[in-house]
Amino acid sequence: MTMIFGIPVQALLGQLLVGLINGSFYAMLSLGLAVIFGLLRVINFAHGAQYMLGAFVGYLLLTYLGIGYWPALILAPLIVGLFGIAVERLALSRLYDTDPLYGLLFTFGLALVLEGIFRYYYGVSGNPYAVPPLLAGGTNLGFMFLPNYRGWVVVASLIVCFGTWALIEKTRLGSYLRAATENPRLVQAFGVNVPLLLTLTYGLGSALAGLAGILAAPVYQVSPLMGSDLIIVVFAVVVIGGMGSILGAIVTGYMLGLAEGLTKVFYPEASNLVVFVIMAIVLLVRPAGLFGRDA
Amino acid sequence: MSEGTSDMAGPSPRETAAGTPAWPEWTLVGLAIAALLVAPFLVYPIFLMKMLCFALLACAFNLLLGYTGLLSFGHATFFGGAAYFTAHAVKVWGWPPEAGILLGMAGGALLGLVMGFFAIRRQGIYFAMITLALSQMFFFFCVQAPFTEGEDGIQGVPRGMLFGVLDLNVSLNMYYFVLAVFLIGVFAIWRIVNSPFGMILRSIRENESRAISLGYSVANYKLGAFVMSAALAGLAGSLKAIVFQFATLTDVTWQMSGEVILMTLLGGIGTMVGPIVGASLVVGLENTLATSGFPVTIATGMIFMVCVLVFRRGIVGEVYARLLKRQGKH
Repeated sequence: MTMIFGIPVQALLGQLLVGLINGSFYAMLSLGLAVIFGLLRVINFAHGAQYMLGAFVGYLLLTYLGIGYWPALILAPLIVGLFGIAVERLALSRLYDTDPLYGLLFTFGLALVLEGIFRYYYGVSGNPYAVPPLLAGGTNLGFMFLPNYRGWVVVASLIVCFGTWALIEKTRLGSYLRAATENPRLVQAFGVNVPLLLTLTYGLGSALAGLAGILAAPVYQVSPLMGSDLIIVVFAVVVIGGMGSILGAIVTGYMLGLAEGLTKVFYPEASNLVVFVIMAIVLLVRPAGLFGRDA
Repeated sequence: MSEGTSDMAGPSPRETAAGTPAWPEWTLVGLAIAALLVAPFLVYPIFLMKMLCFALLACAFNLLLGYTGLLSFGHATFFGGAAYFTAHAVKVWGWPPEAGILLGMAGGALLGLVMGFFAIRRQGIYFAMITLALSQMFFFFCVQAPFTEGEDGIQGVPRGMLFGVLDLNVSLNMYYFVLAVFLIGVFAIWRIVNSPFGMILRSIRENESRAISLGYSVANYKLGAFVMSAALAGLAGSLKAIVFQFATLTDVTWQMSGEVILMTLLGGIGTMVGPIVGASLVVGLENTLATSGFPVTIATGMIFMVCVLVFRRGIVGEVYARLLKRQGKH
């Protein structure tokens, strides 16, 4: 068996793959956070809960209606996105002229309620969600064995991340969005319906979280607690990357997933601390974050 | 990012620059203390002690949010961390309770110094996220560190003899000790808030850039406030460890940090009595729900959302605002 630094190559690559998978979710979630924060100036604490909601929508569709993975891949983000739109219309839109911290506190409360509801009905233990038959099994890459579904997660997350980036940087709608980020009043004066834009943005961000959730369902178990632990790590990712740039959020997400995977190989005890340690170091060296603009 | 932090605090008309409340307030404070003195004869003392511990914690948290404008999402670290230190010192090293509590408080302050050192580098929302992330890091540390005894927590902590003479195993002794510490803690916060130091903290809350331009080293003041708040939160945690005779992971979770925020928000951010009222209500509610089978997280989450949407000044803040309005009419 080939060894690198006294570690079997298989183990190293295996952990790197796990890291890449985690990184895919970090990237998708921090991307959603960055999109929402960019326009609404709200840190969406409920992002983890919406991710959990996405996974549960998939699980419930399968269990009660027999709707499988592929339709759920469209339906789950759609439902979570609509839920987000309702939340924005009914509540968040009333908070825009207050301190941004109130948005954080509101979404925190929302996260508690969502988590509490699912915990009440489904307990804390996870529910398995089967890998779709099309992606079952694995491929031998010669140097390692790659479960097909995990490969698909990486590809899908890259498509999602790149797609969102293109939507914001390359389309007309995205240009409105970026303009509204810079100066909402001026954009409104040009006749763009900014409140609608805000609503759609929160819906889009929520839908991204929901999509990440349904993608995650076969990898991790569907559990009410799956979002809350993840979201704190994603917050650290966002602090490291700085929320100034969409691309920054994506790159930082993947990088930190890999860093976590590598730590698991060389010093397993520290693997769930490493992201926070990196955050502390970045705060010392570059307080605005790696890709941040604001000091 | 510093813009707009000012409206995080409700109006507190009576607690103005002079810092001396009007005489009816002293009467109310006297009545409240009298009520607390007789309370253990009417209400289950353990419940009262729990209330007092959380009230002190919420007051310590409010020192930071209400008077400095910093939203910490990591106060569970100081609360639960101090509880571990005290429990360990008293149980494993055989320290007397007062020494254990002082150690817990010092430990809380030290944790506050470290967390504050990193967190004050950013403002507003980032500050909240950094404190949350660092406190999660401390949580993972507590899960793995051997001295916390993992999932079981440190159990069977002896209450011991206070100053070698007062047996804390007697429920009333314990209660009056907790009450005394609580009153000292709240008095300390009141003194800090109304000192020149406290005035500078408020000026940072109101307008950070102006405080900087006036020549105050804002970073040092923020760190100072953070450490004091952490030390007092630690005091509350240490006390809780002695009262309940255990220290567990529950007290270092992010849910606990959220609960403290809720207590302060519900009672009234930036008011002296608000956090005490809020803490009493939340602890009371949790006790009620614990027997009813209705999940606590749903209830606390709902209160959070309602508070933020329609009730941002909190109960005490709302009362103050009414009083102010009535005064304006005369």
